[in-house]
Amino acid sequence: MSQRSFEGSGLRIYAILYLLFLYAPIALLPVFAFNSGTIIAFPLQGFTTDWFAQMSTNSTLRRALGNSLTIAVSASILATCLGIFAARATTRFEFPFKGGIMGLIMVPMVLPEIIVAMSLLVVLLGAGLQLSILTVIAGHTLICMPYAIAILSTAFSSLDKSLEEAAYDLGETRWGAFRLVTLPLVMPGIISSLLISFTISLDEFIIAFFLAGNEPTLPTYIFSQLRFPKQIPMIMALGTVLVVLSIVLLAIGEYFRRRGIARISGKDSGGFQ
Amino acid sequence: MARHGLDAEAKKGLTLIAPPLLYALAVLAAPLLTILTYSFLKDGYLEVIAEFTWGNYAQVLTDPIVRTIMLRSLIVAAMVTLVTVLLAFPIAYYVSFMVRPERKSMWLFLITIPFWTSYLIRVFLWKVILGYNGVINSTLTGLGIIDEPLTFILYNVNSIVLTLAHAYAPFAILPIFVALEKIDRSLLEAGRDLGESRAMTFWRVTLPLAMPGVIAATLIVFIPTIGDYVTPELIGGGKIPMIANLIQVQMLALDNRPLGSALAVTAMLTVALVSVVFLFLNRRFLRMRQ
Repeated sequence: MSQRSFEGSGLRIYAILYLLFLYAPIALLPVFAFNSGTIIAFPLQGFTTDWFAQMSTNSTLRRALGNSLTIAVSASILATCLGIFAARATTRFEFPFKGGIMGLIMVPMVLPEIIVAMSLLVVLLGAGLQLSILTVIAGHTLICMPYAIAILSTAFSSLDKSLEEAAYDLGETRWGAFRLVTLPLVMPGIISSLLISFTISLDEFIIAFFLAGNEPTLPTYIFSQLRFPKQIPMIMALGTVLVVLSIVLLAIGEYFRRRGIARISGKDSGGFQ
Repeated sequence: MARHGLDAEAKKGLTLIAPPLLYALAVLAAPLLTILTYSFLKDGYLEVIAEFTWGNYAQVLTDPIVRTIMLRSLIVAAMVTLVTVLLAFPIAYYVSFMVRPERKSMWLFLITIPFWTSYLIRVFLWKVILGYNGVINSTLTGLGIIDEPLTFILYNVNSIVLTLAHAYAPFAILPIFVALEKIDRSLLEAGRDLGESRAMTFWRVTLPLAMPGVIAATLIVFIPTIGDYVTPELIGGGKIPMIANLIQVQMLALDNRPLGSALAVTAMLTVALVSVVFLFLNRRFLRMRQ
């Protein structure tokens, strides 16, 4: 067994180094966000919270944040609603061309975003439609839908069919059974689907960059500011806030995912299978 | 029932799948068909002329610039995939085999957190790390190890590969982890009981059984990296474009939509072809999954 523990400790050291590599860029964010120097380089100058203050008074940034929140909330609700239909259909029913249909719906997961963005842009311009937040919402709903379906399918497939049948036997209508029995049981899945879709949309750059017209979103605003060295410290402060926000959202999502597993009394397999 | 061709269950299923299917048809399939059509049309000044031509594809296939950029995209994506999957396998193995079951979720959570933080800022921070006055250079000059900042670490293919390998790490770890989790642990004991060494058991039992996960990881990393737009723009300094940058320039800056469409279609076909060849080469691992 000594060889195994040796192997284990070797791998453990590797795992910790790997985590350091994964976290290295993010760890630098707060370092520069609180650094009073205007140049993003070492050695550090002094401590300041000016960049956060500058961030909170920036009106373009506020507009970009408003747009991003509108887009992310709309896209996550739309993607989750469409995802509920798809997850219910694949986990419960057999129908013709099931593989092909699901394949098409899941394609955005593997299609480079530039292709999605460009093809949508060509169609929108060809149809003479005005680019706006709405066109970004359409694009984001499309790319969030596969992730929503993946999460919701797990929630729907671990559902016990007999619970719904019991509701029918007790005189509930199909909709009544769905609303009173199924929906509460898959609610943790719905919440984590909403959170994941929200996070994906909030961070999505390519589609927003090409389909938003003149409206800024957070990522496109960040991209436009990266060209100006003077603006970088403020972007670092913004990044710090975003990282903290993502971690909070993910932790909430993880909490609901685990509670969902506990509720359906399955064992925690880490969200897979 | 048989007369209608569909039974009640199939009808219910199709009714349910209709909204997401119609959405995907309208927002995904229709636009993709549009660029496929455009790729066979002629480009006029500020408009697309509805006249069939192979000219765009001829240009895509013969233009040396397009060929260089396409080849570069393929090489970068292949290098990123190789680095990412090789680095990811030991982590997936560690979490699956060495970490106690109740702590696996926490490890996966730790691995995925960086992936959910702003992609743009993460990419930009690599520029901060690798840059002329960056973390690495200022540390090394500060320590007196080098006199002049190293210039070969930014604005080149290596820095693009490093940045992308970082960005796609979780995509590689998760599928391999899932495949490793599915391995029946008693098979490994059997291998050991039959007198195989630990290394041989890994080579002959664990690795072949993990291959479906490795194959999935390879494709999941390869396909999006070949179409990455942000990293060549930020890390490459716009001087080493990849295929996504070229498509964007043709479509918007040069307003040549037919050529841009032909480039997009060619890129998709190339990716599909590489994926199919890759799957074909690994078919024996995928067949033994059951």
